[in-house]
Amino acid sequence: MGAYFLVPVAAALEFALRGPNGTHSLAAFRDIAAQPELVPMLTVSLRIALGTLLITVALMVPTVVWVHLRLPRLRPLVEALSLLPLVVPVVVLVVGVLTAFADAPNLIKGTPAILALEYVALAMPFSYRALDAGVSAVRLPTLVEAARSLGANWPTVLLRVVVPNIRTAIVGSALLTTALVLGEFTMASLMLFDTFPTWMVRVGQQQAGVAVGLSVLVLLTSWALLLALSIAAGRPRGATSLFRRSS
Amino acid sequence: MPVPTGGGRRKPSAAVLGLVPFFAYTSVFLVLPTVSVVVGAFTDSAGRFTLGNLSAALQEPYLTALLTSLKLSLVTAVLGVLLGALLANAVVTSPRAVLLRHVVSSASGVFAHLGGVPLAFMFIASIGSIGLVTRALQAIGLDLYATGFSLFSFAGIVVVYVYFQVPLMVLVITPALEGLRPQWAEAAHNLGATRPQYWRYVAGPVLLPALLGSLLLLFANSFAAYATAAALTNGGVPLLPIEIGSLLSGNVIAGQENLGKALGLEMIVIVAALMGGYTLLQRRASRWLS
Repeated sequence: MGAYFLVPVAAALEFALRGPNGTHSLAAFRDIAAQPELVPMLTVSLRIALGTLLITVALMVPTVVWVHLRLPRLRPLVEALSLLPLVVPVVVLVVGVLTAFADAPNLIKGTPAILALEYVALAMPFSYRALDAGVSAVRLPTLVEAARSLGANWPTVLLRVVVPNIRTAIVGSALLTTALVLGEFTMASLMLFDTFPTWMVRVGQQQAGVAVGLSVLVLLTSWALLLALSIAAGRPRGATSLFRRSS
Repeated sequence: MPVPTGGGRRKPSAAVLGLVPFFAYTSVFLVLPTVSVVVGAFTDSAGRFTLGNLSAALQEPYLTALLTSLKLSLVTAVLGVLLGALLANAVVTSPRAVLLRHVVSSASGVFAHLGGVPLAFMFIASIGSIGLVTRALQAIGLDLYATGFSLFSFAGIVVVYVYFQVPLMVLVITPALEGLRPQWAEAAHNLGATRPQYWRYVAGPVLLPALLGSLLLLFANSFAAYATAAALTNGGVPLLPIEIGSLLSGNVIAGQENLGKALGLEMIVIVAALMGGYTLLQRRASRWLS
């Protein structure tokens, strides 16, 4: 079963390392590093990822916490809205975005800012789920009451009590969001923006080896990060277990 | 009278204010674009109500695209469910292999979510005309491309799609498989049931809603996918998302400016129906497997 994942990765590595006349060398990775557009394109995508992350955390953490504390009745509605991107395919959402924001100021629709704003929405099914699971796993009302009765104001409660308790969930949703931004091709290419994935496809049309090498690097990096998080989150918890439901 | 815990007795109207940012954000960046697609689908270029877009969307060449998309989704969903369930079962039943589970679940997450473009390139390297697997098969006398296979055809897309369908299946079915209690197998065994009988009469019926739900989810996932096919075939295989993309890129006939929106509405309706069915089946599945 392991072969299932490993064969394409191994084949891609072999392909990327393939030199002329059946030789193999690390030249492809030198070629990758030598791409003049690599750093600019990676920078664009990382900046989009950072923007997406900041908005996601600032918007979703308070929302999920608030729903759990005060408005559990509205939880199905919030969940349904966050799952909407699973119902509206990205390619269709692009059509809508181009129509709905046709008259928006150029600052929004003409810069990759619109991508970050939409990626927040595209990531919601994962970010909401991850945060919701994280918040469900701690005794939030108890923690918040304790902090409030000790005189903490709401920002303090959120930043110094809630966030540290759900940091694994926050890191998890951050990683999935970053992976989404670094791999998202549909919206970026159809809205004619140049990002890391669209650049990769363009390079792949002339230098397949470079694009294949990049694909392997991106996949292995994301996988290593997710694996590290998965192991870190799965280790037995000592002191914090007091606040976790046993179920 | 005891003081209500959790501070939940403020006026609900004030509490709702806390969700205004979320509702505002999703309204502007999700609901508004969706509504503009739906409204546009029923509007002609002069802004009047029409059903013309929708009827054009159900004629050639878009009918072929729709049928090809449905066929692709069905084939890859069935393959994804079968292979994914087998893989997930192998992982769940492997004794104490905690690390293996971490490896498989994180790899599944990457393949299922990052998917698309990197996956397409990895397959060009594997079973493209000069890929490693193609060459290995040639070395043992099997010429993949002599059979008429091409990575850039329907069959090729099926192979690549299965690679993001299987990990998604692993992710969604693992919780259900973990919910199968060992006591059920033991009880069945003690009552004299054979292993096939256990799967046929105990585990099978309990898992059935989860499996059917996963089938719908995978179907929707493949139906909605654009990036892989676009990066791989450059529009060579007619699929509904590809047609919408090429209408967006400017191949528009005069008077049919809103045709893309009609195709979009068609996709939304189909995916929404699938996801609705998935939700119902998930609810049914959680009755036993929670």
